Amino acid sequence: MSDQPLLRVTDLKTYFPVKSGGLFRRSLGQVKAVDGVSFDVNAGETLGLVGESGCGKSTTGRSILRLIDPTGGRIELDGVDVTDLSKKELVPFRRTAQMIFQDPYNALNPRHTVGSIISGPFQVQKVDPPGGVRAAVQELMERVGLNPEHYNRYPSEFSGGQRQRIGIARAIALRPKLIVCDEPVSALDVSIQAQIVNLLKDLQEDFGISYLFVAHDLSVVRQISQRVAVMYLGHIVELASRDVLYSRPLHPYTHALLSAIPLPDPDRQKQREQITLNGDLPSPMNPPSGCVFHTRCFRAQDRCKVEIPELVEVAPGHVLACHFPMTDVVIGTRIEGPNSGLVEMPHRDVEAPSEVIADMAEEGLGGPVTADYVGDPDRD
Amino acid sequence: MSDSTRAFLDVRDLTVSFPTEGGLVHAVEGVSFSIERGETLAIVGESGSGKSVSAQAIMGLINRKAGHISGEVWLNGQNIVAMSDDDVRKLRGSEMAMIFQDPMSSLHPFYKIGAQLSEAVRVHQKVSKADAKAQAIDMLGRVGIPDPKSRADTYPHQLSGGMRQRVMIAMALINSPSLLIADEPTTALDVTVQAQILELIASLQSEFDTAVVLITHDLGIVADVADDVAVMYGGRLVERANVDDIFYRAQMPYTLGLLSSVPRLDQVTSDRLDPIPGNPPSPINLPPGCVFQPRCSYSHLVGGTTCEMQRPELLQINADHFVRCHLDEAERVRISTEVTHVFHGGQA
Repeated sequence: MSDQPLLRVTDLKTYFPVKSGGLFRRSLGQVKAVDGVSFDVNAGETLGLVGESGCGKSTTGRSILRLIDPTGGRIELDGVDVTDLSKKELVPFRRTAQMIFQDPYNALNPRHTVGSIISGPFQVQKVDPPGGVRAAVQELMERVGLNPEHYNRYPSEFSGGQRQRIGIARAIALRPKLIVCDEPVSALDVSIQAQIVNLLKDLQEDFGISYLFVAHDLSVVRQISQRVAVMYLGHIVELASRDVLYSRPLHPYTHALLSAIPLPDPDRQKQREQITLNGDLPSPMNPPSGCVFHTRCFRAQDRCKVEIPELVEVAPGHVLACHFPMTDVVIGTRIEGPNSGLVEMPHRDVEAPSEVIADMAEEGLGGPVTADYVGDPDRD
Repeated sequence: MSDSTRAFLDVRDLTVSFPTEGGLVHAVEGVSFSIERGETLAIVGESGSGKSVSAQAIMGLINRKAGHISGEVWLNGQNIVAMSDDDVRKLRGSEMAMIFQDPMSSLHPFYKIGAQLSEAVRVHQKVSKADAKAQAIDMLGRVGIPDPKSRADTYPHQLSGGMRQRVMIAMALINSPSLLIADEPTTALDVTVQAQILELIASLQSEFDTAVVLITHDLGIVADVADDVAVMYGGRLVERANVDDIFYRAQMPYTLGLLSSVPRLDQVTSDRLDPIPGNPPSPINLPPGCVFQPRCSYSHLVGGTTCEMQRPELLQINADHFVRCHLDEAERVRISTEVTHVFHGGQA
């Protein structure tokens, strides 16, 4: 049991039907919002799930909590398969898994007092906390940094950051093992963001909660996650431990995503090489053939247009779906041309992955491993 | 001062307040800055800091019946605050233009984008419809919209967010304004598209020699594109300097607090971020002294009730570095060195 991850997601698929607006609601096809996503979240760990809007990261989070019913695949939480639980059977599952929403203004009922909002989970689950509901709620309020005397106030009397604290208090009320955080800080001001990120970290330490942290802000994700998965158009394209992903990403998309974010440091920002991706995200109704990223990829070859890259483990804990990974480039350095130093992944070779990296290193393509985003030895 | 020595855009002691049922909202108080053509000034601040209201006042977009404006806004030698609404309207769209955060609500959903762009041309130039349309298509091409001729006949909802933002930029720049105000132009966009848009603004800026005022909360964007930075808090300008001074030698505790609050993409300096405690002040009920005092971790160093009771003046530290703080200079420099050292990767 202890070796098992808390959450195991296998080949998760969530498709939405698209229908015409006419009388007969003709089916026009489907949007493959999540298309075969697999990952684990361990106990007490934070897995960051990043990507641009429309990549399916929020749908993944909601499908795991069964707020949206997945089309296929399997979700196991704490050893229990929750994929096909009925609505009634889901009730006890909600004690184990909770959610924090992006918009603290819409996630709270404006006509309920803070006390009744936070005590909601106790009522739904018919839990009688020792010492009474009111005491338990006030303790929760204090724990998340709210004044317990504001028990009878309404959400409109609180600022955005305080409202997000209310949402967090509600989520931790039943001591869940997993919380899916869907962009929990993106609606907040910078100085308030930091307060909430710290609070989430403290709660994790105290209660051993696991987070699936869905966000588009890669800097915040780096601060809070142990491992990070990158999604593009319904697929995970790369998943690795935080430090590996941020310093030596192998997928061209991860690389482009990181280089597109300006650093709050004028000198470093000037030295950096930015890769600007062309175009927009393709329509998920009509995803490109082969590798879904090939239409915007600066390393795409003919093979990428036809052959779907498989997600393989290229190093322990580092999975990747790419035919031409960026093994030769340390992030922040210049990329010579679209084809320089291309190393092809072996054809459909799922068996012998970790040697691939070793071989590349032997050929001198590995380059220096720096843990720094910009390889500038003089700085520190 | 004569017009020849006045900066291209010179904002002097700008104050904007709105009477409301709850009391007078002091949205902006005594803000001054200037900017030359070809330069970029970033205005940084949190929600409610007055950064957007300042921009709207410069553009003459504040309804004079709803808000009180005082101070001076000199654009190319003309004081916008003293001008009639009609005269300001003539400048808006020709001499100065603005890009808003949300392109969907700033474009008319019922009109084709080509028609909206050519209208912008015909309002300010005496040209035929065909000429205006040709200019519109040319501009769409210049902002990187593929196949501009057929795209001109599409409606805003048929375009992606990034494309709509390009249309907005095209509309703002079609009369080659000399001042462009961009209010959070990329906040609604994905990072890869954000990079494209920032690049586009920069290249058009150098082509037209435009002065750009960029309003943002993203310090990464500031470091990337700004020449000068104005930091606003509670309706006041609390620090102003060139971009290097802000990131490496900032002295106002609020600016330093912002720097310590941002998680960095390129490094994790410590397990925990160092946020500014508390919440921003309500613009109706501003503290009597320094607006930042209730959240400031250093005001005890000043002693007494100076920070609580007295409004600090904007002090000039060097040619272009101003700071509004009661701390004495040695103390400010010490704190600044400490915080910026940690922010840029040093050990605490």
